[in-house]
Amino acid sequence: MNFNQLVTESVEEYNALFEGDTPIILVGSATCGKSAGAQEISITFKAELEKQGEIAKVIDVGCIGLCYLEPVVTVIKKGMPAIFYDEVTPKLAKKIVKTYIMGNDPMPEHALGSFGEKQIEGIPELFNIPVMKPQVRRILRNCGFIDPENIKHYIAVGGYTGLNRALQIEPGEVIEKIKLSGLRGRGGAGFPTWMKWQFCIDSDEDEKYLICNADEGDPGAFMNRSLLESDPHSVLEGIVIAAYTIGAKEGYIYCRAEYPLALDRLKHAISEMREQGFLGEDILGTGFNFNIKIKEGAGAFVCGEETALIASIEGKRGMPRTRPPFPTTYGLWGKPTVINNVETMASVSLIMQGGHNQFIKYGTEESKGTKTFSLVGNVRNTGLIEVPLGTTLRQVIDEIGGGIINNGKFKAVQIGGPSGGCLPESFLDTKIDYDSLTMAGAIMGSGGLVVMDQTSCMVDVARYFLEFIQNESCGKCVPCRLGTKQMLDILTDITQGKGKSEDMDLLLELAEGIKDGSLCGLGQTSPNPVLTTIKFFKEEYDTHINEKKCPALLCKELIDYQVIVEKCEGCMLCLKSCPVGAVSGIKKELHSIDKEKCIKCGTCIELCSGKYNAIERVSKY
Amino acid sequence: MSKILNKILSKYSGDKSDLIPILQDIQSNLGYLSEEAIIAVSKFAGIPESEIYGVATFYTQFRFTPVGKKHVMVCKGTACHVKGAPQIIEGIERHLDIKEGEVTFDMEYSLESVGCLGCCALAPCAMVNEDVESNLTLKDVKKIFSRMKRESKNNDCN
Ligand SMILES: Cc1cc2nc3c(=O)[nH]c(=O)nc-3n(C[C@H](O)[C@H](O)[C@H](O)COP(=O)(O)O)c2cc1C
Ligand code: SF4
Ligand code: SF4
Ligand code: FES
Repeated sequence: MNFNQLVTESVEEYNALFEGDTPIILVGSATCGKSAGAQEISITFKAELEKQGEIAKVIDVGCIGLCYLEPVVTVIKKGMPAIFYDEVTPKLAKKIVKTYIMGNDPMPEHALGSFGEKQIEGIPELFNIPVMKPQVRRILRNCGFIDPENIKHYIAVGGYTGLNRALQIEPGEVIEKIKLSGLRGRGGAGFPTWMKWQFCIDSDEDEKYLICNADEGDPGAFMNRSLLESDPHSVLEGIVIAAYTIGAKEGYIYCRAEYPLALDRLKHAISEMREQGFLGEDILGTGFNFNIKIKEGAGAFVCGEETALIASIEGKRGMPRTRPPFPTTYGLWGKPTVINNVETMASVSLIMQGGHNQFIKYGTEESKGTKTFSLVGNVRNTGLIEVPLGTTLRQVIDEIGGGIINNGKFKAVQIGGPSGGCLPESFLDTKIDYDSLTMAGAIMGSGGLVVMDQTSCMVDVARYFLEFIQNESCGKCVPCRLGTKQMLDILTDITQGKGKSEDMDLLLELAEGIKDGSLCGLGQTSPNPVLTTIKFFKEEYDTHINEKKCPALLCKELIDYQVIVEKCEGCMLCLKSCPVGAVSGIKKELHSIDKEKCIKCGTCIELCSGKYNAIERVSKY
Repeated sequence: MSKILNKILSKYSGDKSDLIPILQDIQSNLGYLSEEAIIAVSKFAGIPESEIYGVATFYTQFRFTPVGKKHVMVCKGTACHVKGAPQIIEGIERHLDIKEGEVTFDMEYSLESVGCLGCCALAPCAMVNEDVESNLTLKDVKKIFSRMKRESKNNDCN
């Protein structure tokens, strides 16, 4: 079967499914959906439908990004727009079958939004609800809408036309198109993708390799995982296009072992590709041969760094080495190698499918296109988002994120992971693009946005990142290995009320040394979270050091728990739950906490809050 | 050498780049890397034992002692940290009466922390074997472990 026939067949199958008489139930079953109970929902639907005689079909799909509303279920019925239901419980699932599938009431009171031509009274359009409105879905266009385990779904929505197009033209022309799109790498540093490919082409070795970096070691970031779980073929298509362009015959996907579902779906997708002739010998009859191997990461953040990643694939410790030579001239097994991020690969498919002109419709002069982010932390609407580059942090946090949870106050946003920084309120109007963020002292990184409110202590956050770096340093360079340890010790002291007046200068001095003296990006950028917190939240450091107080009331050594006399009703919840017996009191009378005994575990406050709110944290000194 | 080890090794060619996948395969089948396993791999791939230990200790995934029947991995990522992961970890440590990295006396549970589970939107999270538990509170810690206790009792009866 040639490609056009395959497309026709796929479209027919897809349309028959989605426009047929049998209603379709799509269950968001990415990792976030699953952890919120999607599997149970899927089973409930299937059991219910079995009783009724297969009156609808259930398909597990990926994630539309509204993780905070999971499990999300979409119902598609002939002549109706698709309807999205959020926070679906088994009970609601049964009700959906009865009331909407069997009956005709779409239950607007349970619906989140609709998608499609017709409008239903009482149900807003999905892409018009506040969390969706500022977003532009390009990379994520298929997520939650197609079956990630059915290659024909992907083909039916335009998939693999990009590869088909690429294979008809010369590699040089592909480079030209990618250049015109202005695509910059989505893995962190933002290096122009076409240029990296060109360097690799220019090296005169015959054997070349392509590696897709799906390590996603940044804590707080999960964009790559979601994409791989929801639309693996969009990444795989980009990989084959890239391989063709640089002339690689073999490629690797380096994916972390902590992502079992992504790995499963990738493996499945690869076998489907092979069956359909998108992989292996003579791809699409063009004579181009290419194979992909999956390598599972073994849990080392530094392996996201290119040279360490290569070492790891070769079976060694993931130790970075000095660059140059860059991997594009001396990479895997010493051969020229291109390493690109998951989202970069998906962008390549997008550009080759739709043309560079539609890609540059969004973004800024220097940062083209859209970018996915994981919006997490203390915002209301946490999830996976996609916005045009150049959108401001404020738009993302206030409009899409819906502001801070519990009516709290914004304190900082952490962007760029351990290599990035924490930006304060005064930077909320900063545009999210490569250059604006760098100017603000942060970096784009892979796309984790962790929002923090008044309950986060910025000294603790800096300490947290240093602890992470300490654990993850490969240990090759002295400044990275010992310098960060020194920094961690100082920060730990400060959070424990043992800070000294000269500590700040020492931290700054160490930061300079570590930046200059480290070999790889991990060490070089590791002081960033410390530097930005000192720059923007110096008073918090001062308060810790001079007054031995933690303004966020987070640092254990500097706080106590106590009962608020006026509020305590004597319900005994705290007394019963305290693991060390630090609470005393009798029923219906005021309770009290023995500060000597209390280990500050937080159990009592969790149980009391909401109902009486009679326990508070106070400064010890 | 045990049969399982033999079977695992027979899948590989003995190429040096197979070292990490072999170790991963062994660990997922046996739960950890035993001394016997390391010796077998060394003979099979012609890599000195010391070098294998050098590689294996570099990666956090590898363990040299068995884990519990229920392996609990608590996320220590940024989103989870901001949402109170340290309290959750301490809560579990107290509940199981072990520290991070340890196994309970009856080999029922083991506890570890992990960089990020990729479920950050529903932080704080933990993974128990292959299932992710999200939006954890201290109350949930108790609930989850008593549920697991019930489940394993039921299984034992079967
Ligand atoms: C310590 C460290 C960790 C990194 N982790 C990742 C990662 O998890 N995923 C990723 O795509 N890039 C990561 N990078 C960046 C990669 O080394 C590389 O620049 C990127 O994969 C290139 O892809 P791109 O050109 O598509 O952006 C990391 C870099 C460093 C220094
Ligand atoms: S900077 Fe740190 S992680 Fe990077 S090579 Fe040096 S010691 Fe290793
Ligand atoms: S914080 Fe923990 S130890 Fe302290 S009184 Fe409350 S429950 Fe007891
Ligand atoms: S930070 Fe915990 S799952 Fe990502």
